[in-house]
Amino acid sequence: MDLAGIVAYMPFFLGLVGIYAIMTLGLNVQWGMTGQFNIGIAGFFAVGAYTTAILTTGPADGWLGGFNLPFLVGLAGAVLVCLPVAWVVGRITANLRTDYLAIATIGIAEIIRLFVLNEGWLTHGTRGIPGIAKPLGMGTLNYTLVILAFVALIYVMVEVARRSPWGRVLRAIRDSEPATAAAGKDIARFRLQAFVVGSCIMALGGGLYAHFVGFISPEAFRPLYGTFLVWVMLIAGGSGNNLGALLGALVVWIIWSSTELLAGLVPVALIGSESAFRIFLIGVLLQIILVTRPQGMLPERRPPMPGEKRP
Amino acid sequence: MIELIHLLINGIVLGSILALGAVGATMIFGVLRFAHFAHGDFMAVGAYFALTVVTVFNLPVLAALPVAMLGMAGLAVGIDQLIYRRIRRVQPVILLISSFATALILRSAIQMIWGGSNQVYEVGIQLPWRIGPIAIKPDHVLIVAAAAILVLLVHGFLTRTRMGKAMRAMSDNMDLALITGIPAERVIMWTWAIGGALAAAAGVLLGMDTRLHPTMGWTLLLPIFAATILGGIGRPYGAILGGLVIGCAMELSTLVLPGTYKPAVAFAIMILTLIVRPQGIIKGSV
Amino acid sequence: MSLIQAEGLYAGYGGVDILRGVHLHVEADEIVVIVGPNGAGKSTAMKALFGLVPIRAGTVTYLGENITNRPPERMVTRGVAYVPQEANIFPSLSVLENLELGAYAVPGDLTPRLEKVFALFPRLKERRRQQAGVMSGGERQMVAMGRALMVDPHLLMLDEPTAGLSPRLIDETIQRIQEINQLGIGVLMVEQNARQALAVADRGYVLATGENRHEDTGPALLADPEVAEMFLGG
Repeated sequence: MDLAGIVAYMPFFLGLVGIYAIMTLGLNVQWGMTGQFNIGIAGFFAVGAYTTAILTTGPADGWLGGFNLPFLVGLAGAVLVCLPVAWVVGRITANLRTDYLAIATIGIAEIIRLFVLNEGWLTHGTRGIPGIAKPLGMGTLNYTLVILAFVALIYVMVEVARRSPWGRVLRAIRDSEPATAAAGKDIARFRLQAFVVGSCIMALGGGLYAHFVGFISPEAFRPLYGTFLVWVMLIAGGSGNNLGALLGALVVWIIWSSTELLAGLVPVALIGSESAFRIFLIGVLLQIILVTRPQGMLPERRPPMPGEKRP
Repeated sequence: MIELIHLLINGIVLGSILALGAVGATMIFGVLRFAHFAHGDFMAVGAYFALTVVTVFNLPVLAALPVAMLGMAGLAVGIDQLIYRRIRRVQPVILLISSFATALILRSAIQMIWGGSNQVYEVGIQLPWRIGPIAIKPDHVLIVAAAAILVLLVHGFLTRTRMGKAMRAMSDNMDLALITGIPAERVIMWTWAIGGALAAAAGVLLGMDTRLHPTMGWTLLLPIFAATILGGIGRPYGAILGGLVIGCAMELSTLVLPGTYKPAVAFAIMILTLIVRPQGIIKGSV
Repeated sequence: MSLIQAEGLYAGYGGVDILRGVHLHVEADEIVVIVGPNGAGKSTAMKALFGLVPIRAGTVTYLGENITNRPPERMVTRGVAYVPQEANIFPSLSVLENLELGAYAVPGDLTPRLEKVFALFPRLKERRRQQAGVMSGGERQMVAMGRALMVDPHLLMLDEPTAGLSPRLIDETIQRIQEINQLGIGVLMVEQNARQALAVADRGYVLATGENRHEDTGPALLADPEVAEMFLGG
């Protein structure tokens, strides 16, 4: 792996980091800010990716397509389609306790995946949708800059939201629901709003991803692979902390990519499967983090309430 | 009509497997208060343990079953001692995430050790028994019988032994159990052992019915959780009922829906339960 | 030597002291009652003795042994039983199973202990196979107390045993508590129905805002006009 190779690899690497960063920021709105444990990330990601793909690709043979709409319209569509989906999911899960919410969101991600797999008239099923061009015919490097621009934009957005009165109410709900309810705030409504916002950010990430890789299929949205990584990123970076989300995305993606190098070095006979070995390593990494430093690299900075146990 | 009966038979077979998985999951849910996301992979590990015994010692599957159960019981207790015990006191959600990580670790370990392709316990197709126009695979009868026996054993344990009653007590009211002087850590260890053993059994039976694959457990996790919720958290008998109901619902749904949507049926029932009667059919503790 | 003695207790949750220098003691066959307004720390005091609330400063001795901050399991094996005010039974278990579990930490022949409990609460014997969760409030209270008695305690701690009961059941409960005491078991109880509790008490403590306010024999506290005005209104 020479320097030129690494430099050439950078745009692709950074582009994926950017997309994962967006996903992590979206998850932070749900988990970090309101304590909603969404394992169904892949579902919203898929909704965004497929909507964008369907809207922006050329004439389709065997599936719904041919709209040929511009890039930004595709992204807007991704968010708009995600809105009602997230709203319905959020309504169902808004009042569920953490465990149930986790189970419910996995279920929903599964249903979305099954839907995508089955309804070939819409999504072309297992064969996927090819030919999702980058806007203005730009190359990987320029598109990566576009992605990073979106990352910056979303970061600013969620930071502003976090400091706003809305964000403070969300934090109050996460930390002490009974007290906040007693203060007259409609808990369910705020949680729903946070859930929808987070999901739409994820859908946006999905849309950007679709253009980035140019081809999507249900395989890319297997709930575990991507979902798990985003969770590791948020926890490693520091839940509740947007900067932590970005840092976590970068660091974990570097580690994840290194596992590919690591797996390549270990003899195949020893580990049987490279991809399985990488997941194994990341799983072990997460366990170590959870046992030793669950608050992550950048713990959330906020004043403790009187009598509160430190996290 | 014949098709209906065959689907019902399949439903009972699947339901028996789900019931075994759900009983273990509900006990863990009840005593430890969290949804154990690695439960499906406990099933898979059990199935693969049995596979090793079958291939190395040339034994029939059912002889390998107790070995698999014991092995998984030990592994479950080990995982708890090594990992979960250290984060039990921190925050319940951390435990959830950790079980998620455990699931992936186990699944990838299976793939590394045994490989990712489909495997079976016995090669060859079984000839079904025929009762009139109805065909029943002998394996199906074995699965249901094995599940029934195990369920009876669990019932005996929970109602006739001191530890079993202590487990039910902790599931009912954790605080009072501590006040009563019931040794929480010991009960927790037994809960993992039994939960793990039952999961292993469910996995072996699943392997008998279909085939072995690293993701075999994860695919059933949602229906198992659905059965647990339907039956009431912490209610073993509810879990059995829930398992059978979900199993039959999943199989019968193929009359009107494409087969790929089977997990969605289980999920829909679960959501319905959470909305309409969250405490489950038999009122659960959470 | 007192059965149980607490000196200068500072205790509370999450670093906030609810008890500020509380002291009390119970002798071997006394009935001692703790009364006081809401938020006085009465329940907290009892929980602190039992090891359910962390004690920051002060000591608790039981039969001469320092048991400050010992966990509940250790208290039970030493013959101290505690009945919380709420959620004090195992609802999905039968009455008999509830009682059996009461003796979990102190195994041995359960028959004599069960006989004792059934003698005190004949209704429990009748209903021993019934699921505890479907029983009435008064019956549940019996199960809760019976469960505690199964360890053959020297000291029984009760948190508001008459809460939510009808007047007739309150009388019955107080009577049972006296019968338990007559078996040689020391009783420490927190009560909101202060008048009736003090009427049978050997001694009583009045707590307010986490501190001792008054301490005297039961009859004396009942007769004290200041105490009557403050706390015995109900």
